[in-house]
Amino acid sequence: MRGHHDIGGAEAGPVDREEHDLALWEKRVDAMMMLLSQKNLFTVDEARFAMEKLPPNAYENLKYYERWMAGICDCLLRRGVISADEVGRKMAEVKARQSESA
Amino acid sequence: MSAPLETEPPLARFRVGDRISVRRAYPPGHIRTPWYIRGCVGIVDVLYGSFRNPEELAFGRPGLPPQPLYRVRFQQTAIWPDYAGARHDTICLDLYQHWLEPA
Repeated sequence: MRGHHDIGGAEAGPVDREEHDLALWEKRVDAMMMLLSQKNLFTVDEARFAMEKLPPNAYENLKYYERWMAGICDCLLRRGVISADEVGRKMAEVKARQSESA
Repeated sequence: MSAPLETEPPLARFRVGDRISVRRAYPPGHIRTPWYIRGCVGIVDVLYGSFRNPEELAFGRPGLPPQPLYRVRFQQTAIWPDYAGARHDTICLDLYQHWLEPA
């Protein structure tokens, strides 16, 4: 089956050619991918595969580095580096911190 | 991509200048051969060396034996029936040996 990421040659409309500055969190995700794969906690191929398996609308709804984040998270959970409970608790903690500062 | 592994030309079935066709195959999993190029005929441009197979690495396995990786050149007009660019335009793809057959 043709993966929803495998879109070479498909109708895509106009291409946005404008350069974008990267936000700090995007640079951090990039660094995390490099560090974790260099430490052999997973391979880039595992992370790419995890991103390909995201639901079809992930490619429309998630930003580029949000997809990376989802891929990294999937790999770390599968490899047992972190637990789902740890991720859930941390996400709740960050959310609480953000709404405090808002 | 990491440095090529030790297995160089002995394992390589194709040489620069060989005519190959890309297998018309549709396996599941993490496949780096784009859908649009399957079944197309091209010419081997470069043999990069051998690399662990990403289709296996994607499942957390070692990806051995390493697969020779080639750069293959295709005529754009052969891939896209309605190609509007210059007739001599080409496109190059990096393809692993197990996706290639003599043409």
